[in-house]
Order: sequence, then structure tokens, then C-alpha cells
Amino acid sequence: MNIRRRKFDALIIGAGGGGLRAALQLARADAQVAVVSKVFPTRSHTVAAQGGVNAALANVTPDNWHWHMYDTVKGSDWLGDQDAIEYMCRAAPRAVYELEHFGVPFSRLADGHIYQRAFGGQSRNFGGEQATRTCAAADRTGHAILHSLYQQNIRARTHFFDEYFAIDLVCDGEGAVLGAVAMEIETGEPILIEAKTTLLATGGAGQLFRTTTNALINTGDGMAMALRAGIPLQDMEFFQFHPTGIAGKGMLITEGVRGEGGYLINADGERFMERYAPNAKDLASRDVVSRAIAIEVREGRGCGPARDHVLLKLDHLGPDVILKRLPGIRDLAMTFLHIDPIEQPIPVYPTAHYTMGGIPTNRFGQVVVPEMQSPEEAVEGLYAAGECACVSVHGANRLGGNSLLDILVFGRAAANHIIAYLKDHRYHRPLNEESVDRALARLARWDEPGDGERVEDIRAELKKVMETHCGVFREQTVLAEGVEKVKALAERMQDVRLRDTSKTFNTARVEAMELENLIDIALATVQSALARTESRGAHSRIDYPERDDQNWMKHSLYFRDGTLDYKPVRIKPLTVESFPPKVRVY
Amino acid sequence: MKFSIYRYNPETGEKPYMQEYVLRDIDPGMMLLEALMRLKQDDETLSFRRSCREGVCGSDAMNVNGRNMLACITPLASLREPVVIRPLPGRPVIRDLVVDMSDFYRQYRAVKPYLIVNDPEPEVERLQTPEERERLDGLYECILCACCSTACPSFWWNPDRFLGPAALLQAWRFLADSRDQATDERLQALEGPYRMFRCHTIMNCVDVCPKGLNPTRAIGRIKHLMLKRSF
Ligand SMILES: Cc1cc2nc3c(=O)[nH]c(=O)nc-3n(C[C@H](O)[C@H](O)[C@H](O)COP(=O)(O)OP(=O)(O)OC[C@H]3O[C@@H](n4cnc5c(N)ncnc54)[C@H](O)[C@@H]3O)c2cc1C
Ligand code: SF4
Ligand code: SF4
Ligand code: FES
Repeated sequence: MNIRRRKFDALIIGAGGGGLRAALQLARADAQVAVVSKVFPTRSHTVAAQGGVNAALANVTPDNWHWHMYDTVKGSDWLGDQDAIEYMCRAAPRAVYELEHFGVPFSRLADGHIYQRAFGGQSRNFGGEQATRTCAAADRTGHAILHSLYQQNIRARTHFFDEYFAIDLVCDGEGAVLGAVAMEIETGEPILIEAKTTLLATGGAGQLFRTTTNALINTGDGMAMALRAGIPLQDMEFFQFHPTGIAGKGMLITEGVRGEGGYLINADGERFMERYAPNAKDLASRDVVSRAIAIEVREGRGCGPARDHVLLKLDHLGPDVILKRLPGIRDLAMTFLHIDPIEQPIPVYPTAHYTMGGIPTNRFGQVVVPEMQSPEEAVEGLYAAGECACVSVHGANRLGGNSLLDILVFGRAAANHIIAYLKDHRYHRPLNEESVDRALARLARWDEPGDGERVEDIRAELKKVMETHCGVFREQTVLAEGVEKVKALAERMQDVRLRDTSKTFNTARVEAMELENLIDIALATVQSALARTESRGAHSRIDYPERDDQNWMKHSLYFRDGTLDYKPVRIKPLTVESFPPKVRVY
Repeated sequence: MKFSIYRYNPETGEKPYMQEYVLRDIDPGMMLLEALMRLKQDDETLSFRRSCREGVCGSDAMNVNGRNMLACITPLASLREPVVIRPLPGRPVIRDLVVDMSDFYRQYRAVKPYLIVNDPEPEVERLQTPEERERLDGLYECILCACCSTACPSFWWNPDRFLGPAALLQAWRFLADSRDQATDERLQALEGPYRMFRCHTIMNCVDVCPKGLNPTRAIGRIKHLMLKRSF
């Protein structure tokens, strides 16, 4: 077909922290790099990250990367790959110093070093005292990082395609990925961007759930593009529910509040986390705290007229700490609840937050799939980094502050691998025009007018189904019903039609394609959850309450045709001894 | 609740017009963005930008009852009826409430909004005292929503030559950073009758900034620094 075509060395889909960190590395290495984003870069959801980024800088308390590694392995409930985790924790201090050099306005300690705060799941000495590892710019760390990265990309003259919606990957006959077809949102026109390498950095899929801390654009597009290209998704059953979303609304109240000394209370005014995690208390891992809140509410100790939430108390921190360290969450509480946390506690409840699963990669950012005898063969030309990827450093439960770290470390690692790849691959390969036609057909499908089903109805239904059938606590029959319900929605999706088939800035069309993606991701999530008959990290099965290392210490791989495969966890680190699985108590 | 919303789609050949909408079942505490999303459920053609729905991404700035604001953090309860919603003023309209922001972004890029350091990079972080860091508060938090610049009369008349409050705030953000080493270069780039000096301290920008930032003060500080330097 005759469409606009552009050629670059490297294509990056996504302009959040992951995509922009990679772009900067590539642009500074003089590669021709294009970044495609469906929103202007600084509107990507990295901007909303509040609490901070982990690195064992030891600016406040003694620390080292090995302790950080232990905490991450334990936090992952031993589903994280220990080679990738070692790599990330070792690279963390450098990643944060680089940010400082890029201009990130980190908060500072009296001696001028970067300010660090305590976060959940952090310890000294392999499970000892609380560590202080999260580097912060007040409670606007994501904003500070994303803007600085964008700014440095301006300086490095990265080429941006702002407000372009990526539709599908294109490839050659042998399965190498050679770019993508996207739509310019302003005109509705398609464009083919050919590239020797393509990096997916499209972020998470929080829009699967009704109540979420995620932006409306977090619809798992890159993951669904990978699925459609025949790549499986890994560990999709592990979805993080953050303990402290604003009850009923979903806006995040950072774990940093508890790091600064805030704590949770139930209707009796009891500091209930003391019962669930005697040592770490309110700073236990997120899965532990979320379950505790859900149990308190279920057993009738919730607060408010409907007894449907608990309270996060922080007034005792005093106005100084709140105004200096937590100004953003004070704004949020005042805007959305008319509550000033200097005086009153904030009502909170577990809220869908983070997609631990995603596109399987190795620690170089290469997308890997099982092939013949090998569980991890690299897909030529395709990379993934950030929340859409699964390296896997978060395993069954991500630690707070480790995702910003993940996007920086693996955004950079992927770029470095791409730079090396480009040295050996100087020419563009011819692509298979059929793959272009398929992507265009997906776009053209929304040109058929009519009055079939509405996007809105399917989307609302999907979020409700996911919340009821695939939430904090899970169980066989409920999950099985969930699978059927999502499948039914996938059926109905065929009959969805747009009332508005215009071209200019047609957001309805974008939302329709996002919903298609969400449905694929929802299927991956419920089916993987149904199959995993154990409880590990964020995946808690009432019917299988124990972790089962014998049978389940393995990664799930979900294919678009509904089949599931598994591959072993990489328990061997790069240089240190492996941390063998233990009972996980906080 | 009654709404009157600016509608324009270049494909239809129709002139822009105001369309009336009515929304029932308003929840207490509901924000304007949610109202717009509900209206869109019944009228898919209504177009606007949005993402974070909590006032941090800067997507959904629009002109509501004559004032620029972010829909997602504007409570319906604070608005007089009918709620008159228009795109940000002074910018070309792409469709409905979506405006062309390219001039705004160009002015932002023009102030070199990035840290410039010529010294070799240390292996660790550069030090900055808490007091030095505090000077960036009220500057770095800008979300590039354009509420300010599109409320600034000087920007309406000279969008190509006057940098506008948002870009100037960022110019000061880097001038104020103890780590930055491009002060002279930055100040020189702001000289001349237009780039900065078109600001007549009308303060519209301060009034509308949803993040409570103060571009006028920042412009004042730049002028002050220029004066100090010229002695
Ligand atoms: C409220 C909140 C607070 C958080 N706080 C912290 C924290 O304190 N510490 C921490 O470590 N982590 C935190 N996280 C998690 C962390 O912020 C995210 O996981 C991380 O920022 C994701 O970055 P990313 O680059 O992978 O994706 P995003 O920042 O989500 O970027 C995705 C990009 O992909 C683009 N895109 C997506 N689909 C398409 C498409 N089809 N076509 C074109 N472009 C597309 C988008 O436009 C965007 O540019 C928080 C998360 C939330 C929601
Ligand atoms: S104070 Fe200056 S920048 Fe602000 S609105 Fe007035 S003229 Fe524009
Ligand atoms: S200064 Fe305020 S109004 Fe202007 S762009 Fe920044 S956040 Fe928006
Ligand atoms: S939607 Fe992000 S600022 Fe309003």
C-alpha cells in the first residue's frame, strides 16, 4: 500500500522514563533514533511517580547493592530472575548519579547529598533493620525524572513523533522485527516507520481495572502488539495492588508517606499492621499490606459509614515534614477529598497499580521466546524495557522504588545492546508487506460505520469483570467465570462500531484500539491466574494459600491462542551466591 | 447540569459552534473531566486530551467560564451554569477542545530547558545544599499545561517572538540552579525587546497556573539578574 514511510536506525515506542532513557543513550551515540508516543512525552505516566527510585547510595544509613538485591529477591517471592536483579541493583547508584547529572532536582540532605527515604521491603544486612534507599525529589520524583530526561533529549536532538499511536509491529518473513505502523492522531493518517531495531517501552495496563492509580492511557498497547506478533506474555497473573490508593477514587498516596513515618489504622484506631508484620509493620511488602487491609475490611474493621476502607494517619508527622517532603500528596488529598492531611487521616484502599508481567526479555532488553530446546531465544531486532517488559526483576511482587530503577537501568541496557547491534547491521532489511497490510487492516476496521456495540459498554464491563474476578484474593470458580466473561467480551468486541469515523484527532478511534489491546491483556491475565494453583507474591489464591516451590517456581508464558507454557526462574546470579527460597515474613 | 461546549471539526466544513449538553446524576465531588468523559460516552465525537486525571500530566487544559484550568482537578461544584467550555485561547484549534500546541513547545525548547554543565562529570552526585535546592521549588513543578501562556495577552499578540510565561519560568529554573553553568549564555538569549521584555506584568499567568507557580516573579528575577550582571 501507498503510505508515508520513514526510516531510522532505531525506533522507540513510548516516551515514558524507559523510552526516553534509551533514546538519550542512542542519540548520544549518534544513532538515528525516533521516539513515537501517543501523548506528548512529558504527559507519559512516569510523570505521576511520587515516592522515588531505589539505589544503595548509603547517604542516610549504611547500605550496599547486595542487600538491595536480597530485598528484591525476597520481595519478588523468589520469582525474580537473580541475574537480572543483581545487574539492576549493582547498576542502581550509577543510574541515579546519571540522573543527577542530567539535572534531576533531587531533594538534598544537610550535607548536600541526594535525599533518601525509607520504603517498604527495604532492609540492611539481608533482612535486618529498615534501610533508607529511595532517592526522592520531594514526592514528585517521576515528574522530575521524566522532565529532565525529555530535556536532555531535546539537547541531544532526538527525533520525536508526538501524538502518534502505534498500531502493530512489522517484520520480515523470518520473524525479525523491522519497525511499526503508527497513526498520526492529528490527521488520522497511517505511517510506516522502518527501523533496524524496535524498542517497546509502552508502560503498564492499569486500565484493566476499575479503580487504578494508572492514567487513562495505560492500556497495555505494547504488550498486545507483542502478543499479535506471536510473542508470549510472561507472568501476567502478577498484578500489583497498591495498599494506599485514595478509597473509591484510585489516586495514589505514595508509600513514601509510610516511609516518612505515617501508618495505617482500622475502625478501632488499631495500628493493625503490627499483627500482620511484627517487624516491618507498615513498611512490609505491598502484597502483604494490601492483603492485610482487605482482611481488616472483610472482617468488619473498616472505617467510614460503609466500613469499606482504612485510614492512613500522618498528621503526627507535623506540617514541616508534610510541606517539604509530601507536598504533592497533600495537594491530592485537598483536591479530591477536601482533607488536609496535616490535620486528618486519608481514607485508603488497595488499588490496581503495577503490571509485574509483560514481554519476556533478558537483561540486555532483548525480547526472548522459547524456541526448540531453548527457553529463551532472542527475537531479532525487537527489544522491550520498562513496565511493559518482564526481565524479570520484580517477579511476583515489585518493591516500591524499583520500577523507576528498572526503567532507567534496562532502558539504558537495551540502548547499549542496540548500539552494538547497529554496528554489525548496517543496512535495512526488506520487510514483508503483508505485515504492513495486516496493521493497516486493523486501523481500517474502525472505518466501518454503524451502530453495533459501543466501546464504552465493553470497557466498563471489562473493568468490572477484572475487579471482581481477578482482584487481591482469587479462587478457582471465580477465576474460571472471569475467563468466560472476558471471552464473551472479546466476542462482543467484533460487533463494536464507531459512531464517529472522522479522521481529525478522533480520540474515539484511539480508545477503540486501546480497548482491543486491553481485552487481549485481560485474557492473558485471567488465564494465567487461573492456571497458577499456588499463592506467591501478589497472586493469592484462597484455595491454594501456600507457595509451592516444587511445582510453581517457574515463569508463565501466555500465547495469544490461549495456550500456556512455562520456563524456569533464573536463580543463578552473575557473581554472587544464589538466594535460595525461604519462608517470606516481614 | 448544563454545559455549552465549543465544537469544531475541519472535516465537516461547518463553522465552529457552541453545543449545549445536559448531564444528570452528578456525584458530589465530581470533577469536570469526569463530566466530559460521561458526555463523550453518549457523543463519541466530542474530542479533548486527557491522561493522568490527577493534575500532573498537563493534558487537559481548557478555558472554562472564561478561565484557563485543568478539567481533571476542577470540581463541578465550583462552576457556574451553564458551564461554557472553550479550547485554550489564542491557539489554532485542531478539533473541539484540542489546540495546536507547537508554538508553545517551540518557545519551551528555545530557552534551552536543560541543565548545562561544562565541568567534567564527577563519579557521584554533585553536591547542592538544601537551601540551593529550595530555590528550584515553585519552578521545576511546571507541567507544561499552557494555561499561563495562553492567558497572556503578550503571547497572543507575539507567539512567535515573545517566549511566554511557561518558557520564561523554565529559563529561570535553570538560571536558579546552582549546578548550571550557562548563566551568561542564557541571559544573552533573553535580551532584546521581545523575547522577555514583552511581559507587562499583567499577572494573568499567575492567576491561572493550576500548580500555583509564579512566572511573573520568575521574570522579575531574570530582569534583576540581568541588571546585576550589567554592572
Ligand atoms: C501513580 C504512580 C506512582 C508511582 N510511583 C512510583 C515510585 O515512586 N517509584 C517507582 O519506582 N515506581 C513508581 N511507579 C511505577 C512507575 O512509575 C512506572 O512503572 C514507570 O514509570 C513506567 O515507565 P515506562 O517508561 O515503562 O512507561 P510510561 O511512563 O507509562 O510510558 C509509556 C509510554 O508509551 C507510550 N505509548 C503507550 N502505548 C502507545 C501506543 N500504542 N502508541 C504510541 N505510544 C504509546 C505512552 O505515550 C508513553 O509515552 C508509580 C506508578 C504510578 C501509577
Ligand atoms: S505577567 Fe507577563 S507573562 Fe504573565 S500574563 Fe502578564 S504579560 Fe504574560
Ligand atoms: S507555569 Fe503553570 S500554567 Fe504555566 S505551563 Fe507551567 S504549570 Fe501550566
Ligand atoms: S488529565 Fe493529566 S492534568 Fe488533567
